[in-house]
Amino acid sequence: MQQIAIVAFSQSDCLARAGAANEVELIMPQLQAVYAQVGIDNAQDVDFVCSGSCDYLQGAAFAFVAGVDALGAVPPIKESHVEMDAAWALYEAVLKIRMGHADSALLYGFAKSSSGELPIVLSQQLDPYYLAPLWVDTVSLAALQARLLLESGLASERDMAEVVARSRRNALDNPHARLSGSVSVDELLAEDLFVSPLRRADCAPVADGAAAMIICTVEKAREWGVPYALLSGIDHRIETHNLGMRDLTDSVSTRLAARAAGVEDGPVEVAELYAPFSHQEIILSRALELGDDTRVNPSGGVFAGNLMMASGLSRVGEVFRRIAAGEIRRGVAHATSGPCLQHNLVAVLESAS
Amino acid sequence: MSAADILSQDFELGFTYTRSTGPIVGRFLTGLRDRQIFGIRASDGRVIVPPMEYDPDTAEALSEFVQVAEQGAIVSWCWVAQPRAAHPLDEPFAWAMIRLDGADVPMIHCVAAPAEASLATGARVQAVWAPETRGFISDISHFELAGGGN
Repeated sequence: MQQIAIVAFSQSDCLARAGAANEVELIMPQLQAVYAQVGIDNAQDVDFVCSGSCDYLQGAAFAFVAGVDALGAVPPIKESHVEMDAAWALYEAVLKIRMGHADSALLYGFAKSSSGELPIVLSQQLDPYYLAPLWVDTVSLAALQARLLLESGLASERDMAEVVARSRRNALDNPHARLSGSVSVDELLAEDLFVSPLRRADCAPVADGAAAMIICTVEKAREWGVPYALLSGIDHRIETHNLGMRDLTDSVSTRLAARAAGVEDGPVEVAELYAPFSHQEIILSRALELGDDTRVNPSGGVFAGNLMMASGLSRVGEVFRRIAAGEIRRGVAHATSGPCLQHNLVAVLESAS
Repeated sequence: MSAADILSQDFELGFTYTRSTGPIVGRFLTGLRDRQIFGIRASDGRVIVPPMEYDPDTAEALSEFVQVAEQGAIVSWCWVAQPRAAHPLDEPFAWAMIRLDGADVPMIHCVAAPAEASLATGARVQAVWAPETRGFISDISHFELAGGGN
């Protein structure tokens, strides 16, 4: 099977509000950055382009088409889109290259979710008959999951605060972070409850922005003459949309995806996990069976800033960056979609040497 | 970033079409209109409320309806101290996963309660019907603590 190389990645700053900038203006700097990393001029120099975004966030059907303006699609290019985080655009591009339909692909994800009330906007993506009419928001659903975890004894509020404290500390080294700093677990626990049992600090700060990546065959990576990481495994699994029928204290789909992606076939030096709520990092670390020798979210994860529709791709990008720089040899990236970790993607990245 | 004033305009996003709910969801919603709650039996015998059209484990089409009680127990809950404008209740309230008597799978709905301290996992709750039922999930206006807890 055709091996996949990751050769370029760039992510924007995590902005609380992008102000007057539109989506194209958020995307373009990231595209320019990845073009520069491999030394190409524009999207005409790759075989395939795939983006990830969510029309609900822009508030109009087919809103993602406007994002194509960032590419300059004339003469015509081969282009596709997923109504998901761009980590799934990566998945589509991997299939395209493995099937021999492309040697290189450009991926990008973007969102300007600050225009609306995100937890309420996302409520309209839930079951249209049983949940959407109630306007049950995503923070509340996560809080239901957190209480199940706390009352099962699998985690404590202190464990959750430790996730937040470590993430914010790690984010001090992340130039794109929206939130970072030194805060103690006791200080976090002293904060008021938000949607009990969650505190505001347990909810990753949502941000506007974009991320982009270029992947290709190993031959193409050598032709471009740039450092690369091998994407040795990638898989994604989804659970039922009926929250009442899932074990919300576990992530069965992450376990299945991890096995299929080959997580256990070697040491995991770094794991970048897309956990929008602190208790979800605990669930994910357990589902991935990470040990004490794994550094979880050295970038600060999405607690540095949760770029809707791009954070999953950024998790892959963060692991790529560390491998390309020679910091680590093997790492795992995770992306999630849907309420309470409904849908999960796991990727394994390895050093090429 | 320019310092110029940013133009803004309200925009309401809505589904401007109607849908047929079909024999499973439709039967459940019709039941609500009649102030009755129906679940459906899954392949493994569990009763799912609200009913699903297909078994999430086996993909088998489901068809055996089972009426369940208006009362049940809280499986998990969260307290919304500051309700959002879109939320169904204006006063602080709880979202809860509620396992109705006769059901095996909890459903999600809102619970009106005087204070966070009055709620607990395992607490018994009772459906409160909307003054006028029209065949929507919101025909159950909300749940409240059973036995005069409110």
